[in-house]
Amino acid sequence: MTVMIHSEGLSKTFTLHNQGGKSLPVLNGVDFAAEAGECVALHGPSGSGKSSLMRCLYANYKPTAGRVLVRHDGTEVDITNAHPGRIVEVRRHSLTFVTQFLRVIPRVATLDIVAEPLIQTGTPEESARTRAAELLERLRIPQALWELAPATFSGGEQQRVNIARGFALPRPILLLDEPTASLDEANRDTVIELILEARAAGAAVVGIFHDAEVRGRVADRLFSLSAQKAAA
Amino acid sequence: MMADGTAETARPDSGYNFAYLDEQTKRMIRRAILKALAIPGHQVPFGSREMPLPYGWGTGGIQVTASVLGPDDRLKVIDQGADDTTNAVNIRRFFARTANVATTERTQEASLIQTRHRIPETQLQEGQILVYQVPIPEPLRWLEPRESETRKMHALSEYGIMHVRLYEDIAQWGRIANSYDYPVQVNGRYIARPSPIPKFDNPKMDMNPAIQLFGAGREKRIYAIPPYTKVKSLDFEDHPFDVETWDEPCALCSARNSYLDEIVTDDRGTRMFVCSDSDYCGQRRDAGHRGHQAPPAGLLGQTGGKENR
Amino acid sequence: MQDGQQAPLLKAEGITHNFGALRACDDISLEVFPGEVLCIAGESGSGKTTLLKVLSGRLAPSAGRVTCRSDDGLAHDLYALDESARRQLMRSQWGIVEQNPRDGLRMGVSAGANVGERLMALGQRNYGGLRATALDWLGKVEIDGERVDDLPQTFSGGMQQRLQIARNLVTGPRLVFMDEPTGGLDVSVQARLLDLLGGLVAQLDLAAIIVTHDLAVARLLAHRLVIMRHGEIVEAGLTDQLLDDPQHAYTQLLVSSVLQA
Repeated sequence: MTVMIHSEGLSKTFTLHNQGGKSLPVLNGVDFAAEAGECVALHGPSGSGKSSLMRCLYANYKPTAGRVLVRHDGTEVDITNAHPGRIVEVRRHSLTFVTQFLRVIPRVATLDIVAEPLIQTGTPEESARTRAAELLERLRIPQALWELAPATFSGGEQQRVNIARGFALPRPILLLDEPTASLDEANRDTVIELILEARAAGAAVVGIFHDAEVRGRVADRLFSLSAQKAAA
Repeated sequence: MMADGTAETARPDSGYNFAYLDEQTKRMIRRAILKALAIPGHQVPFGSREMPLPYGWGTGGIQVTASVLGPDDRLKVIDQGADDTTNAVNIRRFFARTANVATTERTQEASLIQTRHRIPETQLQEGQILVYQVPIPEPLRWLEPRESETRKMHALSEYGIMHVRLYEDIAQWGRIANSYDYPVQVNGRYIARPSPIPKFDNPKMDMNPAIQLFGAGREKRIYAIPPYTKVKSLDFEDHPFDVETWDEPCALCSARNSYLDEIVTDDRGTRMFVCSDSDYCGQRRDAGHRGHQAPPAGLLGQTGGKENR
Repeated sequence: MQDGQQAPLLKAEGITHNFGALRACDDISLEVFPGEVLCIAGESGSGKTTLLKVLSGRLAPSAGRVTCRSDDGLAHDLYALDESARRQLMRSQWGIVEQNPRDGLRMGVSAGANVGERLMALGQRNYGGLRATALDWLGKVEIDGERVDDLPQTFSGGMQQRLQIARNLVTGPRLVFMDEPTGGLDVSVQARLLDLLGGLVAQLDLAAIIVTHDLAVARLLAHRLVIMRHGEIVEAGLTDQLLDDPQHAYTQLLVSSVLQA
């Protein structure tokens, strides 16, 4: 199978300049890989760096050492030193990251938020909105809310809008940080279906799933991380 | 006018230099005029002098006239088209006294015509000079109060705001409402104000065989249009420039192609429309044209073609 | 972009600018690529507004060079051009949105004329066409077409700012400069403006350089972020990376000092 995303010797240490230059090592020489069509669950105790690894894979964190290579448009792009514009392009077409938190421009209608990744990559507005509506429907967001901005929605609703947005455009690499946390059972099942569909369609899925049941249903394998000791 | 219809007599004054201004000043102004002619439509600063009449009475025009006037010139002065209004009479008498030049009311006989607010109806000829009195020379002033900025706009041909003004007229009135001092583009380059002439006169500026000089005394600017220069009135494709028309001809001389003034003839609101160009009207009547309200021949006296030395 | 398939629209090299003894910008280099939104953030007095003026052709720097690329693919050394060519370039390729709409609008003429002015300056001479374009753009920036003949003085601050945006975008520029576009607006009005800006930038494939002190604005609009302090760039990079994993002490302080950005 094709490796879609992998890291080589990935290390991350936070230096807190405003707290006496304290160093917080979170990752140390991590070699990680995910292939097309598999779902890898990041596993380890709290503080083992699951979230940091995922953020490094998305270029949201800047690794202290090592590389992250992402398959994009037939080549591998090292997103640890690519130009930001290139990273934006890689994310737009090849790499998506779904968190529990929705961060969008206030006042934009829910339907438009979900359709945006499609429109940005050239899908005609009409079909983008149709696809967005399908996803919102599957995730049980009442149609009455679609034309409203999600700022006033409940936490669970916002999370589901965010999931819809993340799945709207099928991208070959999917990073999921606790996608089912705080969802009710029905919605959790829908998210599991979405993940399985993406996997079946050949996406490489990397996730953090605290819920053992979810993990058991979607993950092909676990990738274990152990806690780093703080440097003296 | 005097009772016999001649231009008023004036005794030459001996105490002044020819045409009032000293020779150095006239040279300075001539240099400004030459530069203005070389850059048609461009405003050239000059050292405007105090004149023995207030600003607004034609001090810019008078200084230009004084600088180009020679002893052999024949001077005509009009104000709103008429030779016999106070301003015209005063200026004509001023040069008759200080330069002892011949004066005339006939457009075709004049070598130099100073004007306020009109261009004569009679087609000007090569060799004639038309001097305009200009109150505000800067066409961009209405939108941009800073002189440094308007100069830059001229230098860089940044003239978008001129059409903004026309746009606003159409948006507000459905047509370009500006009927006086209608802006023109000279020789495809500089935007200029034609002084407060009616837009009726704008087409006469285009390709005119005469030299057109513009003097603004208070603002200290001279600009010029050399003979046979393109002068285009600004407009839109779908709102082209047009001039005023009247439903009736001149009540005195029946002219249909001249600019008419509305004159109230009594306190019951009776009005008539007559040529604003008194010389043109008179010459037409002399040639036998009669309007529907023309008095019987002889009553108005002889008109036009009067001269005095 | 890094691979060279696209050349930068604008490139600044070694920009230094002094106001007397004060160094407002110190050896700043940056690039902006087509379709990219770059935010320049920093506190008051960090030199960000001065830098924007230099980049946008309105202030010749004491040292350094600004190169910009026009539609025809030619690169121009901005301050080596004569003023006429520079202003022509700015007029046809760029838009400049001022922080205070009064500086960017003609308050004495109607909204329609404000939108149409740049088209007229570029030689459009059809009143009907100008008016149709003005109405179309008022719609795009969510101003009622009924207001087309009203003076901007009668508009709210948010409307004025949107009108200013329409006036700048009507000629289809490739790069827009904005100085604190949401400054001085109520929070709800800011949100509307951000929404509009985000949408227009994406639709029109605009590049934008936006100066702001508001990191939340940067997060929502910018692909790339530059942090300035004391006239220098302290840190630059991908917006969310820079905000979520700041490397420099000053950036860490800045990010931790604001409410959720």
